Amino acid sequence: MASSLIEKYMRMDKLPHIWCPGCGHGIVMRAVVKAIDELELNREKICIVSGIGCSSRAPGYMNFNTLHTTHGRALAFATGIKHANPELEVIVLTGDGDCTAIGGNHLIHAARRNMGITTVVFNNNIYGMTGGQYSPTTPTGDKGTTAPYGNIDKVFDICSLAQAAGATYTGRATVYHAQLLIRLIKDGIKNKGFSLIDAISVCPTYYGRKNKKGDSVRIMEWLKDNAVNVAAASKLPPEKLAGKFLIGELYNNPQPEYTEEYKKIVESFQRG
Amino acid sequence: MNDKNVRLMQGNEACVEGAIAAGMRFFAGYPITPSTEIAEGSSEKLPQVGGKFVQMEDEIGSIAAVIGASLTGLKSMTATSGPGMSLKLENIGYAAIAEIPCVIVNVQRGGPSTGLPTSPAQGDIMQARWGTHGDHPTIALYPSSVSEIYQITIEAFNMAEKYRMPVILLMDEVIGHMRERIELPERSALQIIDRKKPSVGPEQYLPYQADADGGVPEMASFGDGYRFHVTGLVHDETGFPSNSSEVTARLINRLMKKIENNLDDILRYEEENTGDADTLLLAYGCTARSAKSAMDAAREEGMKVGLFRPITIWPFPEQKVRELAQRVKRIIVPEMNLGQYILEVQRVAGGSCTVEGVNRADGEIITPEDILDKIKGVF
Repeated sequence: MASSLIEKYMRMDKLPHIWCPGCGHGIVMRAVVKAIDELELNREKICIVSGIGCSSRAPGYMNFNTLHTTHGRALAFATGIKHANPELEVIVLTGDGDCTAIGGNHLIHAARRNMGITTVVFNNNIYGMTGGQYSPTTPTGDKGTTAPYGNIDKVFDICSLAQAAGATYTGRATVYHAQLLIRLIKDGIKNKGFSLIDAISVCPTYYGRKNKKGDSVRIMEWLKDNAVNVAAASKLPPEKLAGKFLIGELYNNPQPEYTEEYKKIVESFQRG
Repeated sequence: MNDKNVRLMQGNEACVEGAIAAGMRFFAGYPITPSTEIAEGSSEKLPQVGGKFVQMEDEIGSIAAVIGASLTGLKSMTATSGPGMSLKLENIGYAAIAEIPCVIVNVQRGGPSTGLPTSPAQGDIMQARWGTHGDHPTIALYPSSVSEIYQITIEAFNMAEKYRMPVILLMDEVIGHMRERIELPERSALQIIDRKKPSVGPEQYLPYQADADGGVPEMASFGDGYRFHVTGLVHDETGFPSNSSEVTARLINRLMKKIENNLDDILRYEEENTGDADTLLLAYGCTARSAKSAMDAAREEGMKVGLFRPITIWPFPEQKVRELAQRVKRIIVPEMNLGQYILEVQRVAGGSCTVEGVNRADGEIITPEDILDKIKGVF
């Protein structure tokens, strides 16, 4: 039987979704909906925007104002929506390739403007929809269908990238750490400016199989064993952190939000 | 006449004035010569009327933001030139299939690539029609004076709203940058068209439901309580993706018929001295101004020369050109490219008269003398 969350927020007639067995994306999609539910947001004012790829099919299943755009451009469409109607709560669902490769320019500039957008990156280290090509977050040395001899590229740390560009809230969780993921998305939405949550997902079909990482459960166990909460990490010696990655709230520094600043310009004429 | 409404205005400035008069309340753009004054003017004027401007990080982001803003109900526009137009093409296709009203101004410059940034050209005629991939409807308008830029910018918004689609406004660098007398009409005298809002409640609303024979669906805005889905994938009446060949055929045919069924409403053109003409000049934009001078000079010498000036260049005014082609001995098509629009004229004339071009793509305008020489057969 479907959970009350599904009945309340999902487009039941569009399910089941297209994601492969073992895919982590359903957990991320649920975390977004759970965060919206716990924040008791007005669903009529929520606008969910995506680009292209496995991640970007999520909005079609979610019963809000939803926009499935072109590859890499979700944040640019979302910028138009938020700027045009700042009353809307704009949430962008995107993937590692969509957000940081083809959409990388829009990411850094949406962050720089501190647009009031919450971005959730379904980061599964691979281009899944097109069949397993390496992405900007495929670990160096790992394989993809376009990296048959191992990927020689370096990886993006998406949270560091967003923070450096001006994001005022960043956090990372994995699909194993689902409760943390929900909390980070809630806090990201509560931040008025640009928030980015790096949601580490799993792709057993392409990334897992190509790299002999095992099934979804094995990959989730790897996430559990290698993620270190940022609070705990500060107390650990560097050697204990080698090869690990940080999860938790990584940056939270509220700054004036773009549309609120623009509103001041508009109001200066209305007063006059 | 109210003297206060008479101004000396640059073409690009007239575009901004016309857009604001049409109800534009959102502009996203990226600096590019020779269209930049349109972004500058929008950044100044929009906040004064409660509208929004944003300078995006690139051309692709600009058209994307425009589409997003239009989905919230704001009339939206972007402006660019050749290289930027090339970058915007994918999302222009998005606006076509998702039926999002918006206006894209292309103040043309010499190409290909970076080409001649500060020189005029009319090389983007076929790009305007066929630039984005796949079968899609196109409306492209082409004014030829500053005052017409004002008026045609309003028409571009009206058509975008009425037919729920991107409308391309092609302009010449020499008109965009030229200053000319313009008499601004009273706002109350303008006909302004707004998109049709849903006539049913959210429970009954199907965002892409329309008469299959070219109907235009009613358009809700994000935030209005309708909670609909928009995608660039082929979709059915509910807005959700479909792989069905039947649904695909129905959608694509309906998009095309929005144009085909409304040619009388969409086509704008001007003709002069065509009644007795044996030689017809067919020209658009700034080249039509040279053509008019050439016609006047030829008439003074007793030659029967007429002028047909399409303002709507896409869809092609096929029926009208066919009629003219059957009445005249020859059609001369001067254009600042190496022969683009002439291909349509030749197709439609179908051998019923000779069709010759006067072409240059060297960054210089075609002069009345160039055209007169062609009329007289001097090469």
